[in-house]
Amino acid sequence: MTYLKFGIAVLLFGAAPFFLASFHISLLTEILILAIFALSLNILVGYTGLVSLGHAAFFGAGAYAAGLIGQHVSAEIITTLLGGVLVSFMLALVVGIFCMKVNGFYFLMLTLAFSQMIYSFIYQSTTWTGGSNGLTGIPTPSLLGLELSNIVWVFYVTAILFLLLYAGISIFVKSPFGRVLVGIKENETRLKSMGYNTKIYRYVAFVISGTLGGLSGVLFTYFNGFIAPTNVYWTMSGTVLIMVLIGGAGTMIGPVLGAALIVILETVIATYTDMWMLLLGVIFIFFVIFLPEGIYGVWQRSTRKWLKGKIPQPELKKVDREKVS
Amino acid sequence: MDNIETIIAQFINGLSYGMLLFVITCGLALVFGILGVLNLAHGSLYMMGAYVAYSITVSFGFSFWVALIIAPLTVAVLALIIERTLLHTTYKLGHLSQVLLTFGLAYILHDLAKLVWGANVLSISVPSLFSGSVSILGQTFPLYRLIVIGVGLVLAIGLWWIQNKTRWGAIIRAGLSDSEMIGALGVNIRFVFTVVFVLGGFLAGFGGVIAAPILGLYPDMEFQTLILALVVLVIGGLGSITGTFTAAIIVGVLETFGRYLVPEISMFIIFALMAVILIWRPHGLLGKQVTEG
Repeated sequence: MTYLKFGIAVLLFGAAPFFLASFHISLLTEILILAIFALSLNILVGYTGLVSLGHAAFFGAGAYAAGLIGQHVSAEIITTLLGGVLVSFMLALVVGIFCMKVNGFYFLMLTLAFSQMIYSFIYQSTTWTGGSNGLTGIPTPSLLGLELSNIVWVFYVTAILFLLLYAGISIFVKSPFGRVLVGIKENETRLKSMGYNTKIYRYVAFVISGTLGGLSGVLFTYFNGFIAPTNVYWTMSGTVLIMVLIGGAGTMIGPVLGAALIVILETVIATYTDMWMLLLGVIFIFFVIFLPEGIYGVWQRSTRKWLKGKIPQPELKKVDREKVS
Repeated sequence: MDNIETIIAQFINGLSYGMLLFVITCGLALVFGILGVLNLAHGSLYMMGAYVAYSITVSFGFSFWVALIIAPLTVAVLALIIERTLLHTTYKLGHLSQVLLTFGLAYILHDLAKLVWGANVLSISVPSLFSGSVSILGQTFPLYRLIVIGVGLVLAIGLWWIQNKTRWGAIIRAGLSDSEMIGALGVNIRFVFTVVFVLGGFLAGFGGVIAAPILGLYPDMEFQTLILALVVLVIGGLGSITGTFTAAIIVGVLETFGRYLVPEISMFIIFALMAVILIWRPHGLLGKQVTEG
């Protein structure tokens, strides 16, 4: 069943450029990039129970690293991708050391503070990053010498990485390691008493999450061809957290749905008004208060209810009391 | 750093900046300590205070003193509305949801401020009474900065007195260590929550007004201040006015000197300090434990 779904997704993504206009392909690419970003945050928020408000730091580190490598070294995708991922990996290694020392709200504060530090560095360091003007003049990415000037090529690169990562993260969260992370979310004290060194597990989850966040940043550089400091700002960290929460934290498909909803909504709203943040704030508050389990959670609940009405539930086995005793 | 004069001038600047941070952080720390909610919209309330003061003084032409009274009260009313409509109804959801809620609120206030006051950098002029400068030991200092230092000191002493010598202070101290328990002892804890949140809003708005002539008004101001307030909170540790005060002064002075000497990495210095404090003294300089062992 899983393989079938995966195969259908591969076919749909493969065929999409033949049916969709380039505007829609570009929209789809943006959704997939932000879905990777949201999936990476979901490892922390949804599976480990650590709410980070600074995930844009990794996105920005990956994006700026890829852009700078593209400008100064080579525009070859393999180079920029590896370089961007490596930079965000190193950043996650360092930031993780500090953030892992604290829990709960202090974790949230520290991640927010670190990401603002990265932001202010990018904003102030005009010689490298272009400061408030953003990083411009990033060359078109190329793969083995072939220039990926068409959005369709960027889409294919993104879609392949998305499918690989989606499958990889699905396997990861179901692995024994992933189960320990869920255990940390549910009851860390208990896991500690069972002999797990939960700090190491949280640290690894943080590093994986940050590295993949950087990967999505690299893809965003290919897609956008331009990086602004707002891509590292707290609003970006907030937006990706909103995607995870309204889609459904702790599920695989949830963050993807959340990313799709937010990107589509932003594209539609932007034609009418520039009060996008106001609306985003209202949506955020609405979901936090009324639908904390997210879109996918609501869908799961309602289908379960619906199925309960349709399919006769298996009756519980009656236990013969005398036999048991 | 060319001479001793600049050092002293920068030190005074840093001291007044630290006082501003103290005013803002003590509101944040009170709310966090008693309600258990890290109010991520605290910086936005600070921003609202500054913008309302701008409207009162520049758009309507009243004096700075009117703004100093009206703007914090306006922000306090805004905090009251937020507490009664959003926070009060969501205590059952848990603290994490409430923090996310204040984060959503920060988005809304960010856009509202941009809608009403635009995205340009604005400024409020220093009240004429304090616009001059004074010379101490043959050196001149802007009077307003000295006044800000005085205001910070008075506020610090006042808050310390309230917290340590009055009945309300006793309730707040008890609330900081165990808010459920004082509810069980017959204190109307929900009412205390409301009062503390409104007080936090008032302090944020007050900070916004007195900071406006020094720091100016711009769209990103709220998070820049919030981040520094969070750093002060972590460094100072929870639950002590003295800790917050000391941390605010240290961060204020360090940030000012950093900006003057090495502007590109000034924020790094602050964060390096925070990192060192977190490793060396996990409880913060003077306060309760924040890390696990």
